[in-house]
Amino acid sequence: MIDYDPGLSSYGRALTIGVLNTLKVSLTGVVAATLLGTLIAIARLWKAWLVARLAAAYVEVVRNVPLLLQLLFWYALLQALPPPRQAWMPFPGFFLSNRGLRTPALEWTNALNWCGLASCLGACAVLLLLRFAKRRQDLTGSRPTQWRLAFGLIALPPVVVWVWLGERLIVDWPVLKGFNFTGGALLSPECAALTLGLVVYTSAYIAEIVRSGISAIAPSQWEAATALGLRWEQALRLIVLPQAVRVVVPPLTSQYLHLVKNSSLAVAIGYPEVVSIASTTMNQTGQAIEAIGYVMLVYLSISLSISLLMNWYEARITPVLR
Amino acid sequence: MFQSIPAAAVTVLVSFLLLKGALALLSWGVWHAVWRVPTGADGQPDVTACLDARGVGACWAVIGEKYRLILFGRYPYDEQWRPCVVVGLFLGLYVVSAIRWFWRPILISIWTAALTLIGILMWGGILGLPFVGQDAWGGLPITLILATFGIAAAFPFSVFVALGRRSQRLPGVRWLCIVYVELIRGVPLVTLLFMASVMFPLFVPAELSPDKLVRAQIAIILFTGAYLAEDVRAGLQAVPKGQYEAADALGLGYWKRTILIVLPQALRLVVPPLVNTFIGLVKNTSLVLIIGTFDLLGISRVATTELLWQAYSVEVYLFIATIYFVLCSAMARYSRGLEEARIARARS
Repeated sequence: MIDYDPGLSSYGRALTIGVLNTLKVSLTGVVAATLLGTLIAIARLWKAWLVARLAAAYVEVVRNVPLLLQLLFWYALLQALPPPRQAWMPFPGFFLSNRGLRTPALEWTNALNWCGLASCLGACAVLLLLRFAKRRQDLTGSRPTQWRLAFGLIALPPVVVWVWLGERLIVDWPVLKGFNFTGGALLSPECAALTLGLVVYTSAYIAEIVRSGISAIAPSQWEAATALGLRWEQALRLIVLPQAVRVVVPPLTSQYLHLVKNSSLAVAIGYPEVVSIASTTMNQTGQAIEAIGYVMLVYLSISLSISLLMNWYEARITPVLR
Repeated sequence: MFQSIPAAAVTVLVSFLLLKGALALLSWGVWHAVWRVPTGADGQPDVTACLDARGVGACWAVIGEKYRLILFGRYPYDEQWRPCVVVGLFLGLYVVSAIRWFWRPILISIWTAALTLIGILMWGGILGLPFVGQDAWGGLPITLILATFGIAAAFPFSVFVALGRRSQRLPGVRWLCIVYVELIRGVPLVTLLFMASVMFPLFVPAELSPDKLVRAQIAIILFTGAYLAEDVRAGLQAVPKGQYEAADALGLGYWKRTILIVLPQALRLVVPPLVNTFIGLVKNTSLVLIIGTFDLLGISRVATTELLWQAYSVEVYLFIATIYFVLCSAMARYSRGLEEARIARARS
């Protein structure tokens, strides 16, 4: 994500890249694992018997096999893809081979920075809109439909800025040169294997947590929902899940922390995140204590930030009881 | 299954995909698989059958050829009955510890006797058994040794840390325990393993430097101790205050009260989280491959680096995944059974 030149850049820059890679994998992993885990938890509670049993088997298998073994397994599968010269092309410009997934990339020009800024301003306007709608709902009981206005506020400003600046889209297409592709954006097999393995592993644990959270909601809530005429899916979405969130947040926090710490296993499949780069630095400079101290500091800071964020969120959603 | 139209549609779709997947898996794993390869003219296995089956069928012959290396590491061929007996002893130890009748002080003597016997069998050197150094150990015994000795040493240590964290009269001890637990829980195990394998030689003179397995074991003990200390602390907090007050009324001092009254009740509550931590520990031992110690996962990577068998790592990974799965899911089932029994007892 930032530039690195093997001959000129310092070890500090390499370690910074490691931290950025760790954060990238952790953030993607946390979001994807939460979504997948919630879906699997709902599947386990669904009345369709086959789907419920399948989800239970998935959780059982994934939780009882070591994460490192799963990472190596995914990496071995991705290495079994064809070499770049016989790469698969699912869509024009997308090439899947054992050297990774090459996609066409947008050249990031200055105009896109302005478009991004316009979109952020639109997002702030949407937040204000949501607060206004909530206040309307508290006062009158009816909530004005905001999704069309919200969508317009986020999507239109960048387009307006784009047209006003008169720029053109420059796309960088990947091209086969010799034994490998150049150009375009690359999703390396190491990154893909790490993210896939982490998401699958953590989603199984999150599925168990969400399932026990949903089971902790008193059956009377379900009965009241049925009495109101709600279907199972509606009852889950409108009544049970919002209450389950409160129960689920503390163990979910610890799972997020586990995911961040487990990303350190990337050193075994060669993905350059912070432990891997620190280990190479240790080998090249011999300064083991500084390198390990740096890595521990990085992980402690990330853990502390996630804990603080989740504690703030939990305090926000906990009702003040008499 | 067919309560509503979406449920019915998804069930049909999922059964269709499941059937397709199961057929493909059977086709790859059983029907087109190569189970055995003949020995070629030069005494080496002749892998042409496996090469022809690549992509179409699995090559289970790699397990048949390499299972001794994967399970027992580089232990001398004639002495491999010893690690085999050691694995049996470990499994017997787990089963005995799971039986409720044994939950009394005699369990400590059983563990000490079993672990000593395991040490004698693995090292040898006495009783007529030839000596086998630690660098020749590998595979399943190393995984079980790291996990079992890890929990055996970490558990008493964690009890002390949990008691120290709850001590009111010694704030120094309390802060030390808090710092230890939060520091270790905030960093990944890989960092601790690196620290143990790289920093130990810096602080300790070369002659006293313990070998790699002991260093990995110390890192694992420190790591597990912090997580277990939190579990034990939860158990200590669950003991009602009335028990402490009754002990004071009887005139018992701190240690007598802890050992005779608080700990027996607290530790009974701690057993399910303890089993869960042990399952996690068995899986975490696979990380020692990163520092070059050959546990089950590490040695299976070595098994697939040989040129003949390089392309068949998936089959080997599936084999050891099955071993891990059987071990861990059995313990997970036991832990769930314990929890349900406790809830049933509390309800009656």
